[in-house]
Amino acid sequence: MARPVFIVDGSRTPFLKARSGPGPFTPVDLAVQCGRPLLARQPFAPTAFDQVILGCVNVIADEMNPARVAALRLGMGEQMVAFTMQINCGSGMQSIDTGYRYIREGISDLILAGGAEALSHAPLVWPNSGVRWFAGFAGAKGLGAKIAAALKVRPSYFKPIIGLERGLTDPITELNMGQTAEKVGHLFGITRAQSDAYAAESHQRLANAQKQGFLKGEVETAFSRDGKFYDHDDGVRPDSTAETLAKLKPVFERPWGQVTAGNSSQITDGASWVILASETAVAKHGLTPRAVILDSQWSALDPSIMGLGPVLSASALLKRNGLTLQEVETWELNEAFATQVLGCLAAWNDDKFCREILGLDGAAGEIDRAKLNVDGGAISLGHPVGTSGNRIVLHLVNAMKRLGTRRGVATECIGGGQGGAMLIETV
Amino acid sequence: MDVLADRVLELGPKPAADSPYKNFKLTRDEDGIAWLLFDRAGTSANTLSADLLEELDAVVAALENQRPTGLVVRSAKKSGFVAGADVNEFRGASDPRAVETEIGRAHAVIDRLEASRVPSVAVIHGFCLGGGLEVALACQMRIAIDDARFGFPEVMLGLHPGLGGTVRFTELVNPMQAMTLMLTGKTIDARRAKSLGLVDAVTQERHVRNAVKDAVFGRLKRAKPGALNAILNLGPVRGLLASRMRSEAEKAAPRKHYPAPYALIELWEKHAGNRSAMLNAEKASFANLMVTPTAQNLIRVFFLREQMKKAAGSGNKVAHVHVIGAGAMGGDIAAWCASQDMRVTLADMKAEPIAGAMKRAAELFGKIMRKRTDQRDALDRLIPDMDGEGVRNADLIIEAVPEKLELKQKVYAGLEPKMKAGAILATNTSSIPLQDLRTTLARPERLLGLHFFNPVSRLQLVEVVSHDGTDAAMLKEARAFVGAIDRLPLPVKSSPGFLVNRALTPYMLEAMMMLDEKIDQRLIDVAAVEFGMPMGPIELADQVGLDICLDVGDMLRSKFGDTLPPTPAWLREKVAKGELGRKTGKGFYTWKDGKAEKAPLPETGPKVSDEMIDHLVLPISNVCIAALREGIVDDPDMVDGAMIFGTGYAPFRGGPLNYARTRGVEAVVSALRALAQKFGDRFAPDAGWETFK
Repeated sequence: MARPVFIVDGSRTPFLKARSGPGPFTPVDLAVQCGRPLLARQPFAPTAFDQVILGCVNVIADEMNPARVAALRLGMGEQMVAFTMQINCGSGMQSIDTGYRYIREGISDLILAGGAEALSHAPLVWPNSGVRWFAGFAGAKGLGAKIAAALKVRPSYFKPIIGLERGLTDPITELNMGQTAEKVGHLFGITRAQSDAYAAESHQRLANAQKQGFLKGEVETAFSRDGKFYDHDDGVRPDSTAETLAKLKPVFERPWGQVTAGNSSQITDGASWVILASETAVAKHGLTPRAVILDSQWSALDPSIMGLGPVLSASALLKRNGLTLQEVETWELNEAFATQVLGCLAAWNDDKFCREILGLDGAAGEIDRAKLNVDGGAISLGHPVGTSGNRIVLHLVNAMKRLGTRRGVATECIGGGQGGAMLIETV
Repeated sequence: MDVLADRVLELGPKPAADSPYKNFKLTRDEDGIAWLLFDRAGTSANTLSADLLEELDAVVAALENQRPTGLVVRSAKKSGFVAGADVNEFRGASDPRAVETEIGRAHAVIDRLEASRVPSVAVIHGFCLGGGLEVALACQMRIAIDDARFGFPEVMLGLHPGLGGTVRFTELVNPMQAMTLMLTGKTIDARRAKSLGLVDAVTQERHVRNAVKDAVFGRLKRAKPGALNAILNLGPVRGLLASRMRSEAEKAAPRKHYPAPYALIELWEKHAGNRSAMLNAEKASFANLMVTPTAQNLIRVFFLREQMKKAAGSGNKVAHVHVIGAGAMGGDIAAWCASQDMRVTLADMKAEPIAGAMKRAAELFGKIMRKRTDQRDALDRLIPDMDGEGVRNADLIIEAVPEKLELKQKVYAGLEPKMKAGAILATNTSSIPLQDLRTTLARPERLLGLHFFNPVSRLQLVEVVSHDGTDAAMLKEARAFVGAIDRLPLPVKSSPGFLVNRALTPYMLEAMMMLDEKIDQRLIDVAAVEFGMPMGPIELADQVGLDICLDVGDMLRSKFGDTLPPTPAWLREKVAKGELGRKTGKGFYTWKDGKAEKAPLPETGPKVSDEMIDHLVLPISNVCIAALREGIVDDPDMVDGAMIFGTGYAPFRGGPLNYARTRGVEAVVSALRALAQKFGDRFAPDAGWETFK
């Protein structure tokens, strides 16, 4: 009999919009910033965990296996097993899912599962042609050979490639993520006006959550060495309206595309952790379970329409658990692009799609906007790719606790053509 | 993996259990290399004592007959190579000729080691200071383990190197660099030692065997003295450099109070290049310095520090400190604790002060830690705690919120139910009696004071304050904690101002009285500095903050009445106007970039008089005597130590009580009477002088 797995606590950093140049924190710095207060408020020692699992996509050179670096920097002890996961935008949820399975199988009792990403630290990369030239130059013996090697240089060798831009391009289809959203929007007839209206609401919902203090206990203030502090998700623009967003130019497919910087998720730094515990750990340390993880599902599809990933994974998850779309009371569906979120909603409402792709008897129906991303999402918060999957689970728990709802699903689309979904219930 | 700890030092072949020597082990490996291990009996660190040197002489003599293929000199102590000469043997020395004879014997042993005809190599880990470095310099080669630290701290004891170090160091290393190190007493790490040419190689324990083999069989690439050294050691160049060194030294340590740097400069200027003359002159110069009151007092201060360290005791149990209040003191206390390996939660309801504390901590760690990873780890240990969650797991709580009784009691009420069993509640109050603070506590026996001084990273003293109900075991734990964070504890009973603030306040308030006599504030500061204080009282008041001076003055006067000078009305006005000193940029002086702006005093104006100095410094001694008599503190030596390590009181004078003892109690009492006649009864000698010896 599989053991229940509880989410007992969690915290995250404020999500910090990448502005000019690298931000104040590396991925591990971020993981440490929100991990310290989280561990400090537990009734057990940081060394009591069985393992640490961290999702991180853009690992920086100084922090190979950031999970282990974070575990040691958090004072969790030399004996703490820690590994890093990478499934692009699903990494932070994959860490929870993996921890969930370890506990369910009875291998572990207490696991720290997180996600960390500092997109502002994404490197500039030299073109391979340039790297080859430098290797030849450095290896040349003697003055003559050096001069000969030096003369082979071409200006293009020094034109850096923006690592992040490559990272956000699907290597199979050569489509940028924004282009995959354009494609999904086209398939389901999403309009620019709908996308902008959705984006504006995301900002208003986050601004409201910040104002009402809904994020207290979830967002921990981060402090940098130069004496600055960061206490809120700073990409929020409460003054955004559908009208102001309508003025922006499309960024991926000019001039007729509909995906703009305003209705896309933001490039952002941030980290998030949740603590997973077995019944044994709950009893041993006197913990209060907040939610229980019931099931999870990963699905895959054509990379050029990766934005529909949530539809596949969440539908399979609900089907296995005998639930309808409407029986889920609260939804977190990661807002990679407004067009993509709206594409997912449209797909569930599309009779043909639901019959032929999802194997349902007809359209799954609508998800009430009042149940979906109730406190904003990646459009207003930002999308630190390795972190977002973790954040939506953490926030889903907190939102359900506040709203008094019981059943929720967190789901995200994943660059490369996948989707992940997790079903949880509050306790 | 503590089980592997014993394998850490590479000491050559395992020595036989029955060594013929008390302080050494001597073995020989399969290559015929002799391993001579310093292992002074009965201590955890090696120091050079007369009997150890005598034995070394016998060992070296024996080696001369055995003719090994090579000689390794290293320490069998984990703590390091050799921490220096045993200065205890020279305490109370008054006859320079006796000192010279003694040091001459030691010279002969070192010379004999140097003359050894087999290739000799010192392998150095940990501290290699003073006499220890002089032993290493007498070897032909030096290999450093990467944790090694080198230095000549003699100047801090009012001395210079005395076992040939002044000669061998300036021969081997660029004399400008060598002299600077000896003049400042600073230590350097292995990397810097390598770049100076002081050591031939830097390696790790795991390569010691191979490194030693290469050294002995001529395969080690030696550090070569730079070509410049010979030029810098030439007579005319030396003259030029020496005068520059003198003017630098004068800025840090006036010749009147600190003769050692000038003796060292003269030694080098006169004799460098002539080995035997310089060796001889070094002995005489060292002996002359040793009998000066400065050296004797500084050596005493050195032992006071050791005594206070010992009083701290071992067995610290605190691993997690929770500091409440991220203001100037709380933030700096938290940072210091984090730098000393403590896990620290720093609680404040506002983010701004925590952010400021983090910034100051990052700056401090940047200064005191060379490795970026060490700085990062210390910053990671310093945990901002806006919800006060750290209390729950803390072994020690240090409250550093503003000095308001109700506020502190409110904080305690929130803390007490969350504290874990056995946790200590400490307050950093400087003015509120513990008897008042404890009234609302459920368990008052857990309350004690840990009073740090500003700047925390520089002033080593911490007053450990008890009230009559404090748990004795917790006081002991608190002292051990103070020792564990490399600070010096002074046990004091709760009484207004404890010891240090009570003794220091008159120093500042009397200076303000002198201002009313129309004495130039710069002249007042000069008088104190001439006495040997690190900073004049006016500048100090600005530094401390005039608002704080005012508060502490009022608080002390409410208890001790007219033994304190009245606070001038203009001080209250100044504070009301916001002229608080350094922190607001204006007090008595104008402050820019953390420095007081002072125009030089006019050449022809009034000069410092002895009476001015007495007016400022004798009240300090008088208060210390009163505190002793009242039983606030119980050991006069500790009082001297506290004033030196807590305020920087002229260390070469050995503290306010040692100063009185040296000047003569009678003389001090009559000087106080004279001051009392002129300036008022507050100078009346305390009754405690009658029994003070």
